Amino acid sequence: MSTLWDFLSMSDANVRYVTIGSVLLAASSAVVGCFTVLRKRALVGDAVAHAVLPGVCLAFMLTGEKNPLILLLGSFLTGWLSLVVIDVITAKSRIKEDTAIGLVLSVFFGIGILLLTSIQHSGNENQSGLDKFLFGSAAALVGQDLITFGAVAVLLLLSVLLLYKEFKLLSFDLAYARTIGLPVRGLELLLTTLTVLAVVVGIQSVGVVLMSAMLITPAAAARFWTDRLGIMIVLAAVMSAFCGVAGAFVSFTAPAMPTGPWIVMLLSLLAIFSFILAPKKGLLARYLLQRRLRRQMTRENILKTLFHLGEEKGAYEGSYSRAQILERRQQPLLRMKNALHTLRRQGLVKESPSGWALTPTGKKEAQRIVRLHRLWELYLTQYLQVASDHVHEDAESIEHVLTPELEKRLEELLDFPTADPHHSSIPQQP
Amino acid sequence: MIQHVTDPVLEVHDLTVSYQRKPVLWDVDLTVPKQALVGVIGPNGAGKSTLIKAIMGLLPLNSGYVELFGKPLDEVREKVSYVPQRESVDWDFPASALDVAMMGTYGSLGLFRRPGAKQRQLAMEALEKVGMQDFAHRQISQLSGGQQQRVFLSRALAQDADLYLMDEPFAGVDIATETAIIELLRQMRETGKTVVVVHHDLQSAQDYFDWIILLNMRLVASGPTDETLTPALLEKTYGGRLTELSRVSELLHKKNFPIRETKPPRK
Amino acid sequence: MNLDAFWIILTGALVAICCSLLGCFLILRRMAMVGDAISHAVLPGIVLAFLFSGSREVWTMLLGAALLGVACTFLIEFFHKKANVPADASIGVTFTWLFALGIILISVYAGQVDLDQDCVLYGEIAYVPLDIWITPSGLNLGPRTVWIIGGVLVVLLLFIGLFYKQLYLTSFDPAFAAAIGISTTLWYYLLMGAVSLTTVAAFESVGAILVVALMVGPPATAYLLTDDLKKMLLISAGLGTLASAGGFYLALWLNGSVAGAISVVIGLQFLLVFVFSPSHGLVSRRRKPALSAQG
Repeated sequence: MSTLWDFLSMSDANVRYVTIGSVLLAASSAVVGCFTVLRKRALVGDAVAHAVLPGVCLAFMLTGEKNPLILLLGSFLTGWLSLVVIDVITAKSRIKEDTAIGLVLSVFFGIGILLLTSIQHSGNENQSGLDKFLFGSAAALVGQDLITFGAVAVLLLLSVLLLYKEFKLLSFDLAYARTIGLPVRGLELLLTTLTVLAVVVGIQSVGVVLMSAMLITPAAAARFWTDRLGIMIVLAAVMSAFCGVAGAFVSFTAPAMPTGPWIVMLLSLLAIFSFILAPKKGLLARYLLQRRLRRQMTRENILKTLFHLGEEKGAYEGSYSRAQILERRQQPLLRMKNALHTLRRQGLVKESPSGWALTPTGKKEAQRIVRLHRLWELYLTQYLQVASDHVHEDAESIEHVLTPELEKRLEELLDFPTADPHHSSIPQQP
Repeated sequence: MIQHVTDPVLEVHDLTVSYQRKPVLWDVDLTVPKQALVGVIGPNGAGKSTLIKAIMGLLPLNSGYVELFGKPLDEVREKVSYVPQRESVDWDFPASALDVAMMGTYGSLGLFRRPGAKQRQLAMEALEKVGMQDFAHRQISQLSGGQQQRVFLSRALAQDADLYLMDEPFAGVDIATETAIIELLRQMRETGKTVVVVHHDLQSAQDYFDWIILLNMRLVASGPTDETLTPALLEKTYGGRLTELSRVSELLHKKNFPIRETKPPRK
Repeated sequence: MNLDAFWIILTGALVAICCSLLGCFLILRRMAMVGDAISHAVLPGIVLAFLFSGSREVWTMLLGAALLGVACTFLIEFFHKKANVPADASIGVTFTWLFALGIILISVYAGQVDLDQDCVLYGEIAYVPLDIWITPSGLNLGPRTVWIIGGVLVVLLLFIGLFYKQLYLTSFDPAFAAAIGISTTLWYYLLMGAVSLTTVAAFESVGAILVVALMVGPPATAYLLTDDLKKMLLISAGLGTLASAGGFYLALWLNGSVAGAISVVIGLQFLLVFVFSPSHGLVSRRRKPALSAQG
C-alpha cells in the first residue's frame, strides 16, 4: 500500500517524470489510433511499429550513441519507408495488402534483429538499452529522452486538435472530402506522418512488438461507448493514459516486470470489458435486450391467447387455467408462470381460484396485438400476394414490432378493414 | 400471379431470409417446373442473389424451407449445381481454366480420392461445351470476363447435375458469350435439365426464358413468361419498394429483434 | 561445412518448408495477418504447457500451444462476428493481448520457465545442435528439434497431400465449396490448427516474427513466379530452404541472429522477383502493359 502512496504522491522526481511521460506517450498514440482504426488501416500501424527497429539500429550504428533525437529520426525514416514499400508492392503487383503488410513487417523486423544482435555482439558498451525498444520501458525514461518524446507527443496532440474536423471528414468520407476541395492528398500524408510519429513515440512505453495494441486497442474499446468521434478520441486517450500510468507503476514496484506487456494487458482487459459490458453496443447489453424483447413477446402472446379464448365465447372476462392457455399455445411452463406474474403486476391480468383473466386494460392491450396481427396478415395477402394460409407465421413476429405510426399507415393502405384474410374480425382501436 | 406446378424440381416454401437481421426476402413461396429455363428478375437489391444463396443453403433461413426434387438439399446435392457471381472469387488465384472446371467433380469424389484421368476427361469435355478447350491451360487471370464466365459454367457442367442455379451469368460478358451461353442453356433444357438464372435485363428475358420469377423483396409473380412479363406485374416489381416492408425491416434490424419468441422447430 | 552448421541449416530448412507450404494457402485466402496473429498468440500456450508439464515435454507443449492458436482464431472471429469489432482491429486486439499475457507469464515464472523474452522474438536456432537426443542405449540421433520439426513436416505433408482438393477449393471459392457440401468452417479451423502446430514447432528455433517472415515471404515470392498452386507450393518450399542456408552464412558474416538473417534473405528474394519476375515482375509488366490491361 505504501508503495502505491509513494507512487501517487509523486514525491520522487523520477516518478513524476515517468508518470507524465507515460500519460503523454499513451494518449498520443491512442488519439492517432482512433483515426487509423476508423480508416480500417489498423494493421498498417503494426507494420510501422516493426519497421522502426532497423531505423533505431542504423541510427545508432552511424552515430555510435543513443541520442534520442537521432534515434527518433532514424526510426521515423524506416517507419515511413515501410509504408511506402507496402503501397508500392500492392500497387505494382498482384500481391494483396495483407500479404504486403505481413511481408514488410517481418522482413523489416528481421533486418532490425540482425542489426541489433550484430551490435550487441560487437562489444560496443554504449549499446546496452537498445533492446529496450523490443518491449519498452517507460520507467527508464529520464532527462533528455523524456523531453524529446514528450515534445513530439504534445505536437501530435496539437495537430490533431487543430485539424480535427478535416481528419474527421477524411476518415468518414474520402470522396466527399475531395469534392469540397480539401487537400486530401496532403491531409492523408499528414495523418500518415502523425501515425508514424505516434508509433515512434509510443514504442518508448510498450516496445516494437506490442505497439499496434497502443493504436488499435484503446480505439476499439472507446468505439463501444460512444458514436461520436470527439468523445471516442477523448475516451481512448483517457483509457490509454490510465493504463500507461498503471504500467509504469508496475515497473516502479517490480523492476523485473516488463512495462509494455503490462500496459497492453491492462488495455486489452479494458477493451474486452468494453466489448462485453458497454451499454447498448456491448454483447451483454444486446443479449439482455434480446431477452427483454423475447419476454415481452411471451407476455403479449399470453394476452393474445386469453383474447382468442374470450373471442370464441364472445365474453372476455372469463378465467382460464394454465392448462387451457397451454393447450392453445405450447410453451415452457416456467416461462409462462413468470410472464403471468409480470402481467399481473402490470395490472393486465388478474388471478382468481378458477384461473387467469384479462383486466379491462389487459383486454385493450390484447386487442391491440390481435389487431396488429390481423392487419399484417391482411397486408401480406393484399400487397405481397402471400396465400392466406401462409401469413400467420410471419404475423406472429411482426405484430410485436409494429409502431403506432406504421399501424396507422397500414390501416390507410388497407382502407380501414374490418376482417382479416381468415374472416376473423379486426378489433377496432379502443 | 403465382402459379404453382405439381411435382416441381424446386419448391420454396414460405421462405423468409434476413441477411444480417435485415429481412431481404419475405414469404417467398414458389415452385419451378421440370425442364425449364427460369429467369429470376427484379431491380437491384431485390434479393435475387439472396434467393439463390438461400436455396443453396448458404444463408440462414428465418422461416420456411426449400425442397429440391422433393427432398432437402443435403440428400440431393449431387443433382444440384451452383454458379456463383463472377466477382465473388479472386481471379488472380493460381489456377488454370482446367483446374477450375475440374472442381466441379470434387463433390462426387468424397473425402480422400483425388481427381484423376476420368475427372480430367470430364472437365475437358465441359470446357469443350463452352468453347474453351483451347484455353484449358491458360491461367484464369489472363482470360477475359466472358471467358471467365464460361469457365465458371464449365465447372457446373462438369458436375453433371439436373438443376443449375446461376447467379448473374450474363453480367459483364460480351454479346458473343451471352449468345453462346444462352444457346448452351437451351441445349441443356432439351436434355431434361432445369436452369434457374438470375438476370437483370428485361429486354432479353422475354426471349431467353420460359418461366419467370419476379422479385422485389417479396415474390411478385412466378409463372410462364408470357403471363408474367406483363406491364402491370412489371410495374409492381419495379415501381418502387413497399415502404412498409422496408420500415419493418429497419425496425427489426435496429432493435436486433428476435424473429421468433422461440426457435421454430424445423419444418 | 561442419556438423553444427549442417544441423542449423537443416532445422532452418525444415521450418521454412513447413511454414511456406501453409503460407501459400494463407496468402491466397488473404489471411496473412491471421497467421501473424497466431504466431504471437501461441506464446502463452507454450509457457503454460511448460509450467504444467514441468519440463519440455514435447507433445503437451505442441498440443497446448496449438490449441491456443486455434482459440486465437476463434476469438478473432468471435469479437468480429458477435461483438461487431472491425476485422482488422479484432486481429490487432486479440494477438497483442495474448502475446502480452505470454511475456508477463514468462517474467512471473522466470525461475521455472526456461525461455527468455528475446528468444521469443527471434529464437535461438544457433543452440539447436546443443540439445541432442540420445536414446537410452546411448545412440546419438542428432538434435531433438530436428526430429520435432521433421515430425510436424510429415504431418503437414500428409494433411496437404490427402486434402489438397478441399484446401484448394475452399481457398478459391468458398461459396461453391459449401454448395457442393464441403464445409468451409471445418477446413478453416483445420488449416488454422495446422498453422498453430507449425508455429509452435518453429517457435523455439526462429521465434514469433520470423515464423511470419517464412509464412508470408516465400509464398509471396512464388506467387509472382507461377500460376499453378502446386508449383507455387514447390517453389516456396525451395525458396525457404535457400533462404535458410543463405541466412546462416549471412549471420555468420555479420555475427548476428540467424533467424534475423534468414528473413533478410527472404526480403532480398522477394525484391529480386518483384522486379525481375518473367511473368509478374515490374520490368516485364512495364514491357507489355497491354496484356495486363486486358485482364
